[in-house]
Amino acid sequence: MKIAVIGGGIVGTLIARLLSFYEADVTLIEKENDVGWGVTKANSGIIHAGYDDEPGTLRASLVVPGNEAYTQLQKDLDFPFMRVGSHVLAFNESDLKTLEELYKRGEKNGIKGMKILDREEVLSMIPKVNPDVKASLYAPSAGIVIPWRVALSASDNFVMNGGKLALGERVVDIEVSGGRVRKVITDKNEYEADVVINASGLFADEIAKMAGAESVPIHPRKGEYILLDTQEYTNYVLFPTPSHGSKGMLVVPTLSENTLIGPNAVDLPPDKKGDVSTTESGLKEVHEGAKKLIPSIKLNKVLRTFAGLRPESPQRDFFIKESEKVWGFINVAAIRSPGLTAAPAIAEYVVEELLQQRLKINLQKKREYIKSIKSIQKVSRLSIEDWAELVRKDERYGNIICVCNRVTEGEIVEAVKRGARTLDSVKFRTGAMCGPCQAARCAMKIAKIISREAGIPIEEILLNADGSNIAVGKVRP
Amino acid sequence: MKRVEVVVVGAGAAGMAAAKGAAENGAHVLLLDNENWVGGILQQCIHNGFGVHRYKEELTGPEFAERLKKEIPSDVEVMTGSFVHKIFPEEKKLIVISRRGIEEIHYESMVFATGAREKTFQSLLIPGTRPVGIYTAGQAQRMINIDGYLPGKRALVLGSGDVGLIMARRMHLEGMEVIGVVERLPYPGGLRRNVKQCLEDFDIPLYLSHTVVRVEGFPRLEKVIVAKVDGKFSPIPGTEKELKVDTLVVSVGLVPVKKLLAKFVDVESGILVSNSGQTSVDSIFAAGNVTTIFDLVDYVANEGEKAGKNAALYAKGKFEGKRIPVKKGEGVKVLHPKWYDPSDPLSVYLRVSRPMERAVVRIGKYEIEAEDLTPAEMVHVEIEPPCEDEIVVSVTEV
Amino acid sequence: MERIKCVRCPLGCMLKVKVTKDGIEVEGNRCPRGEEFALQEIENPMRILTTSVRVSGGVLPLVSVKTSGAVPRDKIKELMDHIKSLEVEAPVKIGDVIEKNVLNLGVDLVATRDCDEK
Repeated sequence: MKIAVIGGGIVGTLIARLLSFYEADVTLIEKENDVGWGVTKANSGIIHAGYDDEPGTLRASLVVPGNEAYTQLQKDLDFPFMRVGSHVLAFNESDLKTLEELYKRGEKNGIKGMKILDREEVLSMIPKVNPDVKASLYAPSAGIVIPWRVALSASDNFVMNGGKLALGERVVDIEVSGGRVRKVITDKNEYEADVVINASGLFADEIAKMAGAESVPIHPRKGEYILLDTQEYTNYVLFPTPSHGSKGMLVVPTLSENTLIGPNAVDLPPDKKGDVSTTESGLKEVHEGAKKLIPSIKLNKVLRTFAGLRPESPQRDFFIKESEKVWGFINVAAIRSPGLTAAPAIAEYVVEELLQQRLKINLQKKREYIKSIKSIQKVSRLSIEDWAELVRKDERYGNIICVCNRVTEGEIVEAVKRGARTLDSVKFRTGAMCGPCQAARCAMKIAKIISREAGIPIEEILLNADGSNIAVGKVRP
Repeated sequence: MKRVEVVVVGAGAAGMAAAKGAAENGAHVLLLDNENWVGGILQQCIHNGFGVHRYKEELTGPEFAERLKKEIPSDVEVMTGSFVHKIFPEEKKLIVISRRGIEEIHYESMVFATGAREKTFQSLLIPGTRPVGIYTAGQAQRMINIDGYLPGKRALVLGSGDVGLIMARRMHLEGMEVIGVVERLPYPGGLRRNVKQCLEDFDIPLYLSHTVVRVEGFPRLEKVIVAKVDGKFSPIPGTEKELKVDTLVVSVGLVPVKKLLAKFVDVESGILVSNSGQTSVDSIFAAGNVTTIFDLVDYVANEGEKAGKNAALYAKGKFEGKRIPVKKGEGVKVLHPKWYDPSDPLSVYLRVSRPMERAVVRIGKYEIEAEDLTPAEMVHVEIEPPCEDEIVVSVTEV
Repeated sequence: MERIKCVRCPLGCMLKVKVTKDGIEVEGNRCPRGEEFALQEIENPMRILTTSVRVSGGVLPLVSVKTSGAVPRDKIKELMDHIKSLEVEAPVKIGDVIEKNVLNLGVDLVATRDCDEK
């Protein structure tokens, strides 16, 4: 059985990982130079409790199991994740009514531990909250995660089990004959395939069209964010009470000890799937929105701003379905919010329900496969004794390269060993380059390590995409 | 575990001078730096203009560093490639990470001389894409002068601070096309000498009262959109201009690197010290750009040397710190030091809040006439005032 | 009257220069070098050039250099082109003369830092 998974986001990598436990020849195809660089990279990084979705929808059925699955998934894939809990804050009577509805919906969806807290309780948990707050819906099962780390670990695990990772390859065509998928053709290679799983995020409609399969139209919805170098505002994920289907502007503590505020929501036309630029009005909107929850939020400790795109479609539910026109083509599309939360459940649903039940593919578990991996050791989080022991074994763990976030040469070498060839690949694996100096002090040092370890000349080292060479030539060629 | 009398954190100009000052006053000194060399940022500043005050001679950065290095007595222990991970001021110890292992250093007094880092483009909230090709001036400087690589072909510089001006010339000399320097203030941010020698000499235009409002291009920078600003630095609609460049070098100010100590000592934008270099914690001294951003390395070295001397005296129980407040009056944007300790002459460094042709600088009861003051150039006055409750420093245009 | 920034040192005095039939009159200088500078700046501006020279076999790819004295400003381009063609072998010591009387300008090209052998 030959399976091609198109798209190395969190959904594609988790599906590929799960498939790598079975006797199948699986290829994961990603157009970027690393996994997790699309929708996965730029979102709020929240594992939602799951009260937003109407019971009976596919989303509702996948979100709560997805949330629960993160506990085990973290053990298996060793990524940063913490159930810090979330509050939906209510400021008026209509908000209070909405909180009640959310609570009831959450109960129906099977969420445990939710509470509606009164003003005093909210103030004691979040001292800097807007004092106009009336109540909150507190959900202890909500968490924060570093989303690209999930995708990276899943993809590493996939490769360990013999999966083939095709990075930097753009799918240009899908060959279909006799009503079945046959081949996936990229700009560099061709892959025979009995099954094609379309997890290509923003581009799922275009990929489906290549196969002549059903598709839902996808358009990007841009969300801009501001990342602050402080965690003084809140220890919980804060939402305003949702209105008109939007979750509104959030204040989120991150696992890198920062605070994320945003996103706004701007619908873009389908031809703007690459537009992740920030705007003056958007950034203003984000700040104003965040101030409604925490009025004291100031922009004096800005680390950076960014924008991400979410794949939206007119139908609000996920579109996860085997094609009725083309046997073997499976859409895993329109994975909008809370897709990050649902991702582990989506992967199981695709492999167990769609492949095995509906397509009746007899997948045999491998006799031996690896299910859990260790991610790169974050040595600065170790005890001094353990760190010292590590330095005794390998002196490179005593050489600090990123001084902001204390990332050592040892960690960067390990990232290169695991496949990192660009600066961003090292950044997303190690947490280097994201501190207050934004890589001004370490980018070139990291480039030199990649160059030495992987044998790539400095001028060929990329920040991320092809064409992003960090140097264009030597001063004295 | 290692025990020393004075530990100096950071081996740039301030730290090297502090090591010298401390060792010459009889202390057992340990000098630490994260880089594999001493001299800090001076090593990448290959232009000349250093040392005029301290050595009465015009030196390049590496030459200044070498000169200072030679002044450090040979009994000073130097540990490069050593990163200070944590400081425990109560126990007077710090933890140092290096390839050799992790070490606990116990000290009697410390001189904190970690310098400054550059403010980043990313922190400015300028909208647009996030392409490769945007570098801080110091980053571009290190890339070109130490590593030997060119960041791009056609560059714009944002910010007319000294590093920005120096880099405009440097990139021009190395064959890059430098299309201009953009400054949001109505006057240049760097020394006049640099405006002349780095820009005017090479016909590189300086756009005063302009700023960058947006960047475009991915994955490489393609366009920078600049606009005129009003008196509140807000871009004036309709004045936008598109500049096609693949490189944007950003020189928009320095930020003291104070995080390790910020929890323990009084800080404002930098670590607050008296004219003796002492912080609000008796055993901790600080000097150089971690205290305030100096315009001349000569001042940094002189302040470092003094802090080193006093740290040595403190370690030997011969230093009694006094802290008479030195306060900002009118016309003063930046003032250093925070306190006056009569054991040393009062070296006042200040930046005026706006350019002034003729002015009177008042330090307590002292009055000094000055000419041609700009915020870019520090005013330095050394006096020995009597002990008062407080000393107010002001600058009045006349 | 012309206003000229003296660039002899980082103090950057603003010189007020008046050209008379006997020579020039200078105000605003804080040291005698200001007057000297003003005269030269009007007749033939001179600058010290700092840049780098390629090193072979060194721990660094480049060694920083300067001209031992000021050179005419309008010779800088030619001088840079020449320097770009030079190469020295490591080790280089600070103060080493990379090239004597470079381009016959009467100044030497001098290393401003050490560069050890690899």
